[in-house]
Amino acid sequence: MSALDPRVELAQRLGLSSVPPVRFESPEEVKKLLAENDYLSDEAIASVIYLADRLAKPVLVEGPAGTGKTALAKAVADSIGARLIRLQCYEGLDESKALYEWNYRKQLLRIQAGRPEGAGTEEWHDLEEDIFAEEFMLTRPLLEAISASDPVVLLIDEVDRVELETEALMLEILSEYQVSIPELGTIRAKQIPMVFLTSNNTRELSEALKRRCLYLYVGYPTVERERDIILSRVPGISSALAEQIAQVVRSLRTIDLKKAPSVSETLDWARTLVVLGRSEIGDEDAAATLHILLKYQSDIERATKELLGRSRPVA
Amino acid sequence: MLNLLGDFIGELRAAGIPVSMSEHVDAARAVEVINLGDRELLRATLGATLVKDGDHLPVFNTAFDVYFSIRSWESAEALLGDELDTDQREREGAAGAEGHGPSRGEGAGSTSMSAQELAELLFRALRDGDPDAMRQGASEAVSRYAGMEPGRPVGGTYYLYRTLRNLELESLEQRLLAGTMGANPDELGQRLARDEVTARIEHLKSEIEREIRERLVEDRGSEALAKSVRKPLPEDLDVMHANREEMAQLERALRPLSRKLAVRLARKRRRRRRGPVDLRHTVRRSLSTGGVPLDLRFKPPRPAKPEIFVIADVSGSVASFARFTLHLVHAISSQFSKVRSFVFVDGLDEVTRLFEGVEDPADAVARINAEADVIAFDGHSDYGRALVTFHDRYARDLTKRSTVLILGDARNNYHQAHAEVLADLHYRAKAVYWLNPEPTSYWNSGDSIVAQYAPYCDRVIECRTLRQLEAFVGELA
Repeated sequence: MSALDPRVELAQRLGLSSVPPVRFESPEEVKKLLAENDYLSDEAIASVIYLADRLAKPVLVEGPAGTGKTALAKAVADSIGARLIRLQCYEGLDESKALYEWNYRKQLLRIQAGRPEGAGTEEWHDLEEDIFAEEFMLTRPLLEAISASDPVVLLIDEVDRVELETEALMLEILSEYQVSIPELGTIRAKQIPMVFLTSNNTRELSEALKRRCLYLYVGYPTVERERDIILSRVPGISSALAEQIAQVVRSLRTIDLKKAPSVSETLDWARTLVVLGRSEIGDEDAAATLHILLKYQSDIERATKELLGRSRPVA
Repeated sequence: MLNLLGDFIGELRAAGIPVSMSEHVDAARAVEVINLGDRELLRATLGATLVKDGDHLPVFNTAFDVYFSIRSWESAEALLGDELDTDQREREGAAGAEGHGPSRGEGAGSTSMSAQELAELLFRALRDGDPDAMRQGASEAVSRYAGMEPGRPVGGTYYLYRTLRNLELESLEQRLLAGTMGANPDELGQRLARDEVTARIEHLKSEIEREIRERLVEDRGSEALAKSVRKPLPEDLDVMHANREEMAQLERALRPLSRKLAVRLARKRRRRRRGPVDLRHTVRRSLSTGGVPLDLRFKPPRPAKPEIFVIADVSGSVASFARFTLHLVHAISSQFSKVRSFVFVDGLDEVTRLFEGVEDPADAVARINAEADVIAFDGHSDYGRALVTFHDRYARDLTKRSTVLILGDARNNYHQAHAEVLADLHYRAKAVYWLNPEPTSYWNSGDSIVAQYAPYCDRVIECRTLRQLEAFVGELA
């Protein structure tokens, strides 16, 4: 059994002196720890986090925008007391922004400063060694996560935004927890970090990336879970109001809208209603505050018509 | 366990979910480290390691329920085995016995309750949203109404239909609504109450479906049943033969599909070729490296975009296919310099204006049926006449940059083909493609005259599923 244990195997490969202890004992513990950090998980989420730790594999989290993918990584980092290192992906992100970059300016300075009269080949050799040392390197999030000695959680956010080529950069880290730098050699992780990747599914990720990750789909929560989320995140809200809010949002999500309300928008709406001092939602309140949940005029009109049975929203 | 897992993965692959060798290994490792007594944990574990696409989850869940059904759970546990300690097993066993004890003996189940009692039980379960009672009610209902015959090779849809018909869910729904409506005078409250009732009834339906499936597994074994309940992934559904539910699935799948395609094409176009060096930008960048232009900057490329003419048959048999294609082409219209759409049955009408200024192509597609004037005579497809009309009115707009897409099954109802018109269109345009939603083996049978048009098309393509359609449209741009 122990020979097969993926953590042991990885620790040996990385050359760690001891196998890092497991962070969570069971999925239930994950659930409990996350709940302490105001993140209400469900069975599937807790199980996948547990597995990710147990198998030392990255997690690819997918789902509609605003369902708490990023928040999940933050909550996990908080619950294990680790530092969160975040790489926000965008189109055009490249090696020098994601992994590492040589600090040209500092290297130039070093070359100019250290040029004594009549420098020979020997000194040039030293210099060359010198300017390709870690001192002249700017570490970017991926490398930082690998080389950190304190506990870290690496979050690669919206990985679907980068090009296919950049995605390939991450493969070495995701499967081997190491980075190869031509001038320096291979840098291995000093511990096994937890890695999360999030995607809004705007494009198909490569098979290679998917294969290396555990997959977690975070959809819209059930009414019960959404109610509990509202209760835990919005102070001073009554459970009746939370229930009603969760029901309204569920109904909205069944309508064919351009952009269905996300959990974070639900929370905004709940906070607004609390500030307004409402204890239940009437037709008028709903019509007046629907724009917090929905971001398109056509959606607001359609929702008003469907839910409140009138064609124009009240001004 | 490894055998069972292997069979299960075989089923996933058969259903179209790609599972690689290393994912298989991951799953096998993952089940080593979890508590196998927890069925939902096993589901999450296998889901996380084997399925890497949210759209595949429904298919995965169906297969999981068949292979690891609650009923066969105890026997599965025996297979899974030794890691399970005994008290765990006892607890599971107890929970199992409690959960579906009443449904155990079918004879006992059906006689213990009268129809009224069952209706009452379901009513109370639905009103209170009590999951245990619902499960029990579902099991009773199946024993009573489904009339399941052992050994019949069916997927259970028929049993589901029979059970639901006998339960008279509509009247239950009415009763529930009557109970809740009074309390909520305003519109919103009523709507919420309605949705709540609908959700609970849906839950009951899924319980009944699950119950039927469990019994079928017991009767026929996982492997046989998996084959009968296997559903294709949305992108592999045959567009021409989709039923209403599958149609809804297709509609849902189309929007993300077209969005992804648009993103992919935009990227491809941007990357395909670099433009000339942007000197100004390069010099500016070089300042930080002491005037040495280390980092070259390029002007964005300006590749020519093709012009698309879509001519679609919208008569009954192929209408849905035409709608999907129009939707997809217009969803990525930013990738083309111009898209013009024409629809026909035996008359032809331009519908480009319906797509103008519309944010969502689906809206425009929905309006085609009502607003396009496509019937000139008897309302049977006439490809020859449609092509002649197109040639008369629009042929002069075709240039060497235009691509013509013809969508239809080429079933001409024995009218004249007028293939010479297509020959002229082919001569004027850059390319002519014919997308046929029928399987290749049906071409040229009956009144299908693909062969007469084929010589004047650059390609005739079988296009039956969203996957094929997406692949083709992607190539086009």
